Formats: sequence, C-alpha cells, structure tokens
Amino acid sequence: MENIWTIENLWNAIGTVLRNWLAGFLPAWLVTLIMDLLVIVVLLAIGIVAVLVLSFMERKVAARAGDRYGPNRWGPYGLLQPFADAIKMLIKEDIIPHVADRFSFNLAPVIVTVGAVMTYAVLPFGRDMVAANLNIGILYFAAVGSLSIIGLLTAGWGSRNKYALISAFRAVAQLITYEVPVGLCIICVVMLAGSLSTQDIVLAQQERGWFFLLMPGIFILYFLAASAEMIRCPFDLLEADSEIIAGHFIEYSGMKFALFFLAEYIHLFAGSAMMVTLFFGGWLGPWLPSWLWFLIKTFVVIFVFMWIRNTFPRIRIDQVLKIGWKVMVPAGLVGLAITGFVDKLIADKLIAGVVLFICNIGLIIGVSYLMGRAQRRKEMAAEGAALR
Amino acid sequence: MAQAIFIILSLITLGCALVVVTNRNLFHSALYLAFVFVGVAGLYFMLQAEFFAGIQVLIYVGAILTLIIFAIMLSRDLMNPNVRGFNRQWWAAAIVAGLLFVVLAVVLWRAPWPAAPVGEPSADFIAELGQALVSPAYVLPFEVVSILLLAALVGSILIARER
Repeated sequence: MENIWTIENLWNAIGTVLRNWLAGFLPAWLVTLIMDLLVIVVLLAIGIVAVLVLSFMERKVAARAGDRYGPNRWGPYGLLQPFADAIKMLIKEDIIPHVADRFSFNLAPVIVTVGAVMTYAVLPFGRDMVAANLNIGILYFAAVGSLSIIGLLTAGWGSRNKYALISAFRAVAQLITYEVPVGLCIICVVMLAGSLSTQDIVLAQQERGWFFLLMPGIFILYFLAASAEMIRCPFDLLEADSEIIAGHFIEYSGMKFALFFLAEYIHLFAGSAMMVTLFFGGWLGPWLPSWLWFLIKTFVVIFVFMWIRNTFPRIRIDQVLKIGWKVMVPAGLVGLAITGFVDKLIADKLIAGVVLFICNIGLIIGVSYLMGRAQRRKEMAAEGAALR
Repeated sequence: MAQAIFIILSLITLGCALVVVTNRNLFHSALYLAFVFVGVAGLYFMLQAEFFAGIQVLIYVGAILTLIIFAIMLSRDLMNPNVRGFNRQWWAAAIVAGLLFVVLAVVLWRAPWPAAPVGEPSADFIAELGQALVSPAYVLPFEVVSILLLAALVGSILIARER
C-alpha cells in the first residue's frame, strides 16, 4: 500500500481512512450518505471558523487603519474576542417587531445563510479537494449567489421598516446591475480556460499562466464588480450606516442578526476564494501544500478588501448604478470581444497571452481616459452654468 | 436512493406550487415560487442536466422572481386583508388561464414520453450545446431571440429616458 499520509494529501487521506472504516460494518449506500453528509458538515464548519477568523481580522485591520489597538482584552492579543461575540449573539433576546410579517421575517436569514453556504460546494480548496467538481462550477456559484437577493428582499419587506425597505430596493438595483459585469468577466476567464469547472480553470492557469497577468483589465473590472456583489465598501450601499442605519437587518437581533453577519463574511470568504480561483491560479504554488496556498492567497485578497473598506469613502447609490451601467458593462463587453478574438485568432498560447496583456492595458487606459474626459466635460458644464 | 430523492423533491415542488396558487398573501406566494424554482432545478440535477439546473436558478430565481417581488412591493394595498382578491375582469383572466391549461394538457398528453432511459449525457455536454446553438439547425431562432432581446433592451431605455 502506498503512503497516502503526506501533508499535501492530509484531508483526503483522513476521508479515505474514515470511508474504509465505515465500509467495514455498514452497507455501501449508507457509507455514501454518511460521507456526503460529513462533507456538508465540514464545509459548514469551515464557514463558521472562517467567520470567526474574519471578524477578528476585520476588527484588527480596522483598528490598524485607525491607529488603534482593536480587541485586546480577552486572550492573548484579544484572540478570544470572536468567541465572546458568538456567545453574546447566542444569548441575546430574539425580538420580532409587532407589525413584521412573521413568515418573511423568519425566513429571510435562512435564505441568506443557505445561499451563502451553498457557494462553498464548488470552491477548489486544493488539489482534488472540491466538494462537488461540477462541470458547471462557475455557473453554480453565480446561480447560488443570486439566491441571496431574494433573502435580502424578504428581510427588507418582512421587517416593515422604511430603512429596511430602502435597503431592499437598493439590493435589487445594485446586485442585478453588478451581476452583469461579474458575469462578463467570468465568461472571459471561462473562454481562456475552456471549461466552467473550477478545478479545470485552476489547471488551465498552470498551463497558460495566472489569468490576472494575462488579463489585468478584466481583473480590475472583476475586482470592483465583485466587491459590489459582496456588498463591500465602497459599494456597501445596502447597509450604509450613515444613510439607512443598517439596511435590511435593522430589525434583527440575536441569532437572526448573527446569521446575516455569518452570511456576509461567508460571502466575503467565498468571493475572495473565487477571485483566487479565477485570477490567481487557485491552489497552484511551489513548495507548500496546495490547500495552504489556497488559504494564503484567499486571505491576502480578503486583506485587500478590508484595507479598501478602511481607506475609501462610500459612494452614492446613483453613482454606483451609473458606474455599473455606463462604465463597467461597456468595458466588460469590450473585454469580452477582445478576449474572444485574441483567443480564437492567435493559436500560439504564449503570443496570445502577450497580445491579450497589451490589449488589456489598452482597455484600462481607454476606460480611464474616457471617464476623465466625461468628468472634465461635466465640470466645464457646471462652470458654464455658474457663469450664466 | 435516487427514487427517494426524486419523490421528496417532487413533493416539495408540487406542495409549494399548490401554496403559490392558494395563498392569499402575494408576497408569500412569491417566496414559495422560489422554492418551486429551486425544486425544479433539483429535478434537472437528477436528470444530469446540471447546466439547465444552474440556468434555471440564475434566470428564474435571480432575475424573474426578483422582478416579480419588486412588482409586488411596488403595488398598493398589498398587505390589506380588506382588499378583495378579485377585480371586475376576473372572468377574462379565468378564460385565458383555462385555455392555457387546455393547451398545456393537450401538449403533455400527446408528447411521446420515452419509457426507457435515453442514455448518459456526454461529458462535453455544455460544449456540444453551445455548438448546436450556432449550427445551421438552430442558428436562425438563436439570432432571432438575440434581436428580440436587443429590441426589448432598446425599448426599455427609450421608455426610461428623460426628455
């Protein structure tokens, strides 16, 4: 028997041993059922652990940006703070507003959380480490992500609160707008990789080079659109505390609020992990085991998101929609055309990569130039109006 | 095992569909409709048509249902139990719905349902589907649908444009 106990293969080895042990005294279908359920439990556990880590990380990064200490009371460096938060959430009173639509109010956190957790099924955590290697991986990710819109709408409507309702309207406007550029960028990646499966996309990057090097323009577009999809600052108009207090979860308390909180950070983790898969070569990397590379890259991306949150001011909702429809969608369409033509016309992969890179730089310069010109025209028009 | 999952999925789908049409609260109906769509997506998964399952959720739940809910939220007097569920044109709606039911029933009745499994889908199913869409057999309807969508897009912009 070959040695399966390498660090690279650690998690799969544990699974194999467990499966063999169960197969010793259980029928085959029960073993399959137990192992599938176990994968679901492990994914849920990863989700919750990731949220504990991320909530601590968010506070520490925010504290660093604000020149403060952040949580530092419980445990070394305040490391036990997330557990204190979790216990606080669990023992808080659950309040349902008198006028709320109880059915929608109670259902909303469930939809939001389930939609967020389901995205984990197609994340390639390492070599041969994806819960379900669907041949529609990316499509599944996008489809499940769209479930959360329904959850937000339900929360906004069920709460019977004007701020929650405004947030629900914003959710529809913003999330549907940014689904388009996100989809266009994903199609560019899929065209280069020639597959919708997340594992195949990673393997294609082993062959052609990481896609953010090939397509920097598309990557920047995806980064901005994805942060709007994940409701991260500067696009967190749905929960803008200074305008609509907290948006859709304003009336929620205790564990139901915790579920929204959970979903938000699960989305952050899954979105960053998907960005790593699409543009940063997923689990590819030298020396270290593949799953460790995947985690390292994901946390670097998450750190960048937190950094942006603490550095940039929030933009207005009309600006968010304007940028989405007037800049990102056209830029995405141009990028899509460029990627398609270059990929089909140039057979040699190295030359195609170089041409794609040059075209993408051209795309970035072109979009920046057009945006700058539009801004200057607006300013000149404003000056003209002032003079008159 | 597959049979059991199929029965559970069908029961959930049909049960939710029943609630959609019997529930008095429109917003709750829309939420149950989401479960129906997801249940149908699950049935597609069982038929090994993963691509259609993904598209089903993306289009029906992500886009169409969102618009339905949006329309419901923007309509007046929705949560008021004193408002009657019917208006004066209920008989016209009943006739149209009845006709649609007859057409669907006839189509379903006449369709030659395959009694035996048709076979496993090929591994490269999505690529074949994409190529079929631009093959001579389907390219005309495909392009006509594209132009229809473009026309709808231009039309909506025209309506929304400020003058």
